[in-house]
Amino acid sequence: MKAYRKYFRKKLLWFVITFICAVILNFILPRLMPVDPVKVITARAAQGVSDLTAVDKLYKQYAEQFGTDQPLYVQFGKFVTNAVKGDFGVSFTQFPRSVASIIGSSVWWTIALQFPAIIIGWLIGNVLGALAAYIRKGFDKVLMPFFLFLSSLPAFGMATIMLVIFAINLKIAPTSGGYGYNLIPDYSWNFVKSVIEHYQLPFWSVVLIAIGGQAVGMRSMCIYELNADYVKYSRFLGIKDRKIVGYVFRNAMLPQVTGLALSIGTMVSGALVAEIVFSYPGLGTTIYNAAVGGDYPLISAATLIITLMVLVANFIIEIIYGLIDPRVKAAQME
Amino acid sequence: MKNTFSQAFHSPKFVVGFVIFMAMLLMIIVYPLVNPGNPLQQIGLGTFFKPGTYVSVQDSLNTGKTYTFKLEEAAAKRIQSKLSDDDRKAMKEWLMLFGVPESEIDTGNTESLLNIWENNYDAAVRIDGMTLAKRKYYARLDEKLQTILGSEGLVVSRGDSETGEGEQIAEVKGTDYVNVDDVANVVRLPLGTDNFGRDVLKELVSALGTSLLIGLIAGVIATAIGLTLGLVAGYVGGWVDDVIMFVTNLFTVIPSFILLILISFSIGQEQRGATTVAIVIGLTSWVWTARSVRAQVVSLRDRDHVNLSKLSGHSLARIIFTDILPYIASYVVMALILQISSAILAEAQLSMLGLGPRTTEVPTLGLMMYWSMAYTAQLNGAWWAYFPVIITIALVSFSLNLMNTGLDQVFNPTLRD
Repeated sequence: MKAYRKYFRKKLLWFVITFICAVILNFILPRLMPVDPVKVITARAAQGVSDLTAVDKLYKQYAEQFGTDQPLYVQFGKFVTNAVKGDFGVSFTQFPRSVASIIGSSVWWTIALQFPAIIIGWLIGNVLGALAAYIRKGFDKVLMPFFLFLSSLPAFGMATIMLVIFAINLKIAPTSGGYGYNLIPDYSWNFVKSVIEHYQLPFWSVVLIAIGGQAVGMRSMCIYELNADYVKYSRFLGIKDRKIVGYVFRNAMLPQVTGLALSIGTMVSGALVAEIVFSYPGLGTTIYNAAVGGDYPLISAATLIITLMVLVANFIIEIIYGLIDPRVKAAQME
Repeated sequence: MKNTFSQAFHSPKFVVGFVIFMAMLLMIIVYPLVNPGNPLQQIGLGTFFKPGTYVSVQDSLNTGKTYTFKLEEAAAKRIQSKLSDDDRKAMKEWLMLFGVPESEIDTGNTESLLNIWENNYDAAVRIDGMTLAKRKYYARLDEKLQTILGSEGLVVSRGDSETGEGEQIAEVKGTDYVNVDDVANVVRLPLGTDNFGRDVLKELVSALGTSLLIGLIAGVIATAIGLTLGLVAGYVGGWVDDVIMFVTNLFTVIPSFILLILISFSIGQEQRGATTVAIVIGLTSWVWTARSVRAQVVSLRDRDHVNLSKLSGHSLARIIFTDILPYIASYVVMALILQISSAILAEAQLSMLGLGPRTTEVPTLGLMMYWSMAYTAQLNGAWWAYFPVIITIALVSFSLNLMNTGLDQVFNPTLRD
């Protein structure tokens, strides 16, 4: 257990460091831009205002609100203390709602949609990829180009196609939103049923995209493993094929777990954009609305929370990886 | 080097990808020559005109030469296109109220429906409970049908601006036809128009070009940064390696797309041109290249030929350019291909969020997607506004991925089929 604890501590330290860096980036990037973000915001807010002193006043007000008139380190201190308190300011587009409450209501939709979808897509993709590698002929010839095409399709493209086929043409799923327009969120059966109905299309479009990418990766990995010396030796010893495939699958899975940790950021970003197609009430749609409305506090908080989500997911995967990787296990035996 | 790339053409996957990609490049070059003009010009007044050939009504009356065809199905077709589903349902309703059994009425079969209607309808018949408005509606419907069925021609007249009287200038018979080639103004829109009334096909070809350019710029920048960092980290090693790897690992876990959102938003709509977006994408997506280049360089660093070069006192630059780069060139090319493909995707996703290039200058695949979604093309049934765009994005990245896989199989013999 000692080795694992060491591994865990190392990963935790890395998690904390990346998180701190992510917060710094989130703070510094908009301020590094050659364009003054406050000016951009003012320009948008003051559209049609011709009185220069009024615009100037507005600029000063925003500068004060974001603290851009103070030195950077003071701003950063304020940014961090506010973030810790969960105070991200007030949204521009949904005034007077606070950013924290908007994020708080949308973040669960995104988590509930994306993480099950990515995990299930990852599992199915790996099994199919392993099968394609094992069977090769026929199955492989048909499935591989299909998977490759699937993984080339952007998530929002898949979402649009699913929407048009299932919601608009076949009319077996609702076209948009996270629940019926006529419902108020509560725990009644009606509401839950509506949520499940609205969940299907976004869920399956994320799953399908994940399957494509994972299957392609798993197939190469398995083919590589199937040609390894230990497989040839086991065959020579007369060990049953099924057992060998089990070993191959396990060995090929390990890099796939790491692969999931590395690609989860990309997958989450893709799925966020797919949310827009369904007007799903998650973070993707929130960012879209904020981007269209020029809502800086909302965008900043949403990107921070997504980064945090991805980092946590990454951390969890790394922890699980430590549990299943025989090399970490072997170190425990010593 | 040359040999390995000619070998790539033996891989069917590479060839398929290459052919698709080249076909698209050819389209980008040739189509503007065939159909010149500004792709952003708003030709249609209105949104989402469906694909097809549009013929000027006035010009088709003034072609000078009309042709007469005797076609039996012409009348039936004409009526079929004029009778809406609602009209059919209304006719069925009346006939049923009149006493015709339901089994005899088939609203899908225009001919039989019309026959039954002709035989039974009489404006004088009063059906119990039918409102006056409804009776008038049926009378109008019948009149409309008679007009279509009638063999007399339509009269085209010009209003006299002074007296207001109509002056007959032409008569159009039901059997009159014009050759589309004779009509002066014909607009062919194979993919219809978008929400701004632009020609979708023309816009798509232009957008494909812009997106590929964005991909190329971003890909080259990302590859250059990744290659430099990877080479330095891998070859120099020590604390330089530690620092570069720390930064690389950092940006591997922090999603680059999120940084992209943040940067694009901060730049502001006015400053965001296609090139700016491409540069920003390039600056945020070098991580993978840096990692794989470093891994390659580390494995090359202690090879004999590199050591020999070092002993011969060759400069760092020379060792890198002559002893290391040629060995990783194939990986760099593959990385570049992937970078281009993911940059195109990144632009599309960014534009979907409304953070893409500003919209007045150039069309990009992402912007076309953005506007078609913003105008709910998917709910309006305007498939031509988004479906070709999705397919184009998928085809671009499919062809690039195929080329990449093909190259992978050439360089990595265990993966060969």
